Amino acid sequence: MQNHILSIILLTPLVGAIVLLFVPKENKNAIRWIANLFALGGFVISLPLVPWFWAKVDQPGFKFVEGAANNWIPSIGAGYLIGIDGISFLLIMLTTLLGWISILSSWEAIQDRVKEYYVWFLILQTGMLGVFMALDFFLFYVFWEVMLVPMYLLIGIWGGPRKLYAAIKFFLYTLVGSVLLLLGILFLYFHHHAMGNPYTFAFVDVTGAGTAAMGGVWASAASIATKWGLKYVILLFIAFFVGFAIKVPMFPFHTWLPDAHVEAPTAGSVILAGVLLKMGTYGLIRFSLPFFPAAAMHPTVRFWMITLSIIGILYGALVSLMQKDMKKLVAYSSVSHLGFCTLGLFALNPLGLSGSVLQQLNHGVSTGALFLIVGILYERRHTREISEYGGIASVMPVYATITLIMFMSSLGLPPLNGFMGEFTILGGAFMENRVWVFWAVWGVVLGAAYLLWLYQRVFFGPVNNPKNQNLPDLTTREIATFVPLVILAVAMGVYPKPIFRILQQPVETIVKIVRPSEYGTFNAHAGETAPPAQPAATPEGTR
Amino acid sequence: MFFLEHIWVVPLLPLAGAAVMFFFGRTWRTPAPAGAGHDHYGDAGPSPADTAYDTHAAHGPADDHEHAAAGHDAHAHGAPERLPKAFVNAICVGAVVLAFLWSVAAVWQYTNWAAAHAHAAYDTCAQPGGGCYTWLGTDTGRTVYPSAGGFAQFKIEAGLLLDPLSAIWLLFVTGVGMLIHIYSTGYMAHEGGYYRFFGYLNLFMFSMLTLILGNNYALMFVGWEGVGLCSYLLIGFYFLRPSASTAANKAFIVNRIGDAGFILGMFTIAWYFGTFKYTAVTELARSGHFASGDAVITFATLMLFVGAVGKSAQIPLYVWLPDAMEGPTPVSALIHAATMVTAGVYMVARSNALFTLAPETMKTVAIVGALTAIFAASIGLVQNDIKRVLAYSTVSQLGYMFLALGVGAFAAGVFHVFTHAFFKALLFLGSGSVIHAMSGEQDMRNMGGLKNKIPVTFATMLVGTLAIAGIPGLAGFFSKDEILWQTWSSQNGAYRLLWYLAFATALMTSFYMFRLMYLTFSGRPRMTAEVESHVHESPKAMTLPLVILAFFAIFAGYLGLPHSLGGSNRFEKFLEPVFQGEATQVERTGEGQQLAAGERAQEKSDSTEYLLMFLSVGAAFAGWGLAKRAYQNSDTGYREPIEQASRPVYNTLYNKYYVDEAYDYVFTGRRKAGGVRLGAMGLGDALWKFDANVIDGGVNGAGWLTKLTGTISTWWDKWIIDGIGVNGPAFLTRVASYPARLFQWGQVQWYALVMVMGLIGFVAYYVWK
Repeated sequence: MQNHILSIILLTPLVGAIVLLFVPKENKNAIRWIANLFALGGFVISLPLVPWFWAKVDQPGFKFVEGAANNWIPSIGAGYLIGIDGISFLLIMLTTLLGWISILSSWEAIQDRVKEYYVWFLILQTGMLGVFMALDFFLFYVFWEVMLVPMYLLIGIWGGPRKLYAAIKFFLYTLVGSVLLLLGILFLYFHHHAMGNPYTFAFVDVTGAGTAAMGGVWASAASIATKWGLKYVILLFIAFFVGFAIKVPMFPFHTWLPDAHVEAPTAGSVILAGVLLKMGTYGLIRFSLPFFPAAAMHPTVRFWMITLSIIGILYGALVSLMQKDMKKLVAYSSVSHLGFCTLGLFALNPLGLSGSVLQQLNHGVSTGALFLIVGILYERRHTREISEYGGIASVMPVYATITLIMFMSSLGLPPLNGFMGEFTILGGAFMENRVWVFWAVWGVVLGAAYLLWLYQRVFFGPVNNPKNQNLPDLTTREIATFVPLVILAVAMGVYPKPIFRILQQPVETIVKIVRPSEYGTFNAHAGETAPPAQPAATPEGTR
Repeated sequence: MFFLEHIWVVPLLPLAGAAVMFFFGRTWRTPAPAGAGHDHYGDAGPSPADTAYDTHAAHGPADDHEHAAAGHDAHAHGAPERLPKAFVNAICVGAVVLAFLWSVAAVWQYTNWAAAHAHAAYDTCAQPGGGCYTWLGTDTGRTVYPSAGGFAQFKIEAGLLLDPLSAIWLLFVTGVGMLIHIYSTGYMAHEGGYYRFFGYLNLFMFSMLTLILGNNYALMFVGWEGVGLCSYLLIGFYFLRPSASTAANKAFIVNRIGDAGFILGMFTIAWYFGTFKYTAVTELARSGHFASGDAVITFATLMLFVGAVGKSAQIPLYVWLPDAMEGPTPVSALIHAATMVTAGVYMVARSNALFTLAPETMKTVAIVGALTAIFAASIGLVQNDIKRVLAYSTVSQLGYMFLALGVGAFAAGVFHVFTHAFFKALLFLGSGSVIHAMSGEQDMRNMGGLKNKIPVTFATMLVGTLAIAGIPGLAGFFSKDEILWQTWSSQNGAYRLLWYLAFATALMTSFYMFRLMYLTFSGRPRMTAEVESHVHESPKAMTLPLVILAFFAIFAGYLGLPHSLGGSNRFEKFLEPVFQGEATQVERTGEGQQLAAGERAQEKSDSTEYLLMFLSVGAAFAGWGLAKRAYQNSDTGYREPIEQASRPVYNTLYNKYYVDEAYDYVFTGRRKAGGVRLGAMGLGDALWKFDANVIDGGVNGAGWLTKLTGTISTWWDKWIIDGIGVNGPAFLTRVASYPARLFQWGQVQWYALVMVMGLIGFVAYYVWK
């Protein structure tokens, strides 16, 4: 079972989609039940991975590896090779959970073309999981592109009034990035061959039963600079970066996001914000940093990465302050939050990187919940204009309470989860450069401003709009969608240690590759015993 | 040592209370009748379920609003689904009472323990037996960050620390908190959302206890933000009132600015010292490796102070506190007077080892404190809302505390926090009792003559007023006088200018407090006849806490009786282990600055101290006298003396120096300056336009360009490539073949004719040849 757990997790949604194909489309409730069963099953089946992974938490490299290099299309060197490390493990758990929640939340929201909807949604789920598991560039790229189609259809068919514009914008914009990404991958592929190796797309070497470590095109990426010059490393970095930055999205590549979110159905927004955006940051961590360390540490490149991140934080927050549409507000807040993620990422130290992944999970939980929250009102009133609401707290008290908790999580109130991410990221960034944090920390202030102002306008005050007077509070099913998110928001804030522990090994690997001179040996002696207490301060004489 | 070893129970008790309230306070709805499921909402029209919801809504927190506006008439249409009030009282008040008793026992055990352990701090992470877990980072030692002196381990424990400083806060927070909980059972008895109120209050207690008991800066920050949240929730308790939710937002967001400073300060410490723990930081700071005036430490302390300025409402971030009076009065007493707002003082006192190394910061603290003290006091002189006067008074008194900290008299500052907690809580609760009696009226212009109608409230409030005004013999006198004396004497008189400010503040304090007393309790009743007929003394649950607080407002001062008055200043001695390092610091650097308050006691000349004491007592009585003359017999339409003296001055004070307006123009952008919106909202607007037009315009432009290229290509393809290139030759061929086509038009008869003709031709040829 352990040997094939990843394939099982990966294929469960796909099997669900295939099963659905045989259900007559008139039988909507049967379709819903089956889809929910497979979505919940996909989540439940991923749960055993938690103890199994924990048992191997310190094992280096990739774990639960399945398949082999070049076993799929041997002639070009493509293989079905999957495996996970701590970062992908956490994102996979997030995906299976949010996938289930999204599908559960669609029960009533989707009334047209139900069968197609769930089929596409389940295919999307497999695509996303595949992206996080692939250890072969070809496989990765296939999943990366496959996942675009269902999302495109989800927005384009079940979306709002401007759905076609948004869907096409989403698809084309992402595709532009993908093309550059493909170019970069091909360069690596041919470079690997040029270095005297057989053609392969795999970027790891299988090192034993179920384990893999850096190898393949990844190993030969180190020789790009010597063979082609630093310029090529930077160009490759940019090619990968643009592909991922559009997905994140980083400023100024973000404008597809508000449109896609506003038009997408609720569940689509949840998955889009919760998981799809993480594919961008995941790509940056998995590829951009360890493949092109020379570029990542290049002062100019790093300066721009950090600058764009900080602009994203402040810009996203300021723009969301002035939004009139709730969903657009949350969408722009995503830009701000993802700015934190990339800031931590390019801080390039263990603290910043851990914080970045942590914040990705937090963003998935809290922004996913925020989109659900907006969806609840939208289903009842069919409008997302903030000015249409007011006084909802007196009409829907349970809903108001859950919203408040998730808002607090999103604006980083300790000890909820959002704080842990922001705190760790800001800490990591601060240790690199104080000025960065001086700017970024304003994002924390503005985060409180736009969310609380939104809360005030929607929930507080008297109910002035008669249409809002009879809104029903949450149903049991709706509460069920929120419960896991609320529990996670609290649990990840109060006891984030296991996550730090899971991230320790992969983050260490990346940092060692990116900054070998500083971090190459920093834990050479570290084992079970902690290093001596840190009187880090410099003695008087040296200052 | 049971209670000390299980000190973690203290914060968890109120947390449990809050959890019970939030989970069970609003008991689960009974399910809707069969057939009217929850599915029929939205456009489906009203169903039986909707009607049920409707009633629900009408009985929900809407009640809060009615009561906020109209007072306390009991409502018949109570909400039967809520927890019974007796149960709420038992859980929430019980939790805090238990927490208080536990704290007393723990502190008692701590003093015994400390005597045997060289007055060390009791850190649950350093002691066996739990109460500590790794919270952020890992235990492996492999999650590291680059600090100033090499890699430091990122490991933040959630552990508690009890030392004299946190013990003092622990005692008065749980003690005053307990009294205010009891008071609230009376004050909130007729309000809607009873369980919600107590749930928030308990959550606040938990956060505040986390703040003061945490053993590191990160955990303090958890409590710091937690109290901010509870403050937000409680200010906005009457959330149907827009002014309340606006005030709540203002409090949270302004505090967040301070928090940003706190974060920067905290990281600077972590970067410089490689740890977040108080004990480790203090030890390193006192190790002698750091020179006084160290730039990094100065920066760190300045940033921490920014945090304190936010939470403790100092210039320029004080603006939220007066607005916070929108919350129910017990909240104002607990959070916005006695406990939460002193968190900034606690933080500075907690970091005293660092602040001592940063004379520039100390100077800033002292100046900001003194300026805030006089600034807020001057506004308080003319306010008419009874709670607003007290709010500005709180800001002013907090300024006093920072002044004390700034001049290096940490113990004096903490002492003032301690006494202030009693008399200010007393005054707020007293004002709550007045408001209760006046059916919700808060404007002092409509009060007067209540002295005999609510005698207990009057007597206890008088005690509070005497205490805050600095009348000898009461708590406020001792603590305030200590601050004044330290301001005068510390650092060879470097801060004497600030003494004048503090002295003027003392005069103002006395004036506005007695103004409040006279306008409320003396003169002719100025309320409507209906209100007057309803005036009644508050129930026992409210007056009992007032009496107890009044007792402490008198006697708490004697804990810190100075040497010059024949006392031994036990308060200061108790705190000595926390602030002791200053003395060694001074000796070592030999700079003679930041003398420990304790060390200074021997140096001061008693005669000067007596003179200053005499002056400040004089100021207190002068303020009293002035207020008495102006307001003793005030009747409807009485004139303010300041207004009579100078109208512009009065207007400026009355409008709070127009600071709120200025902030709205410049920082928030809530007001437009000449049609232009500035501040965050202005920037947001501009960026939003930029985003929609420039960035997204660029994206759409790229799309348009692609389409244009496509159109041109289509045209090119259709007319040039296909037209000239492909169809052109075809056309030519067609033209060229035209003659040929003339012969070949597809008619079989014609072909047959030609064939026959040809045949005839051939035959003819052969025949004729």
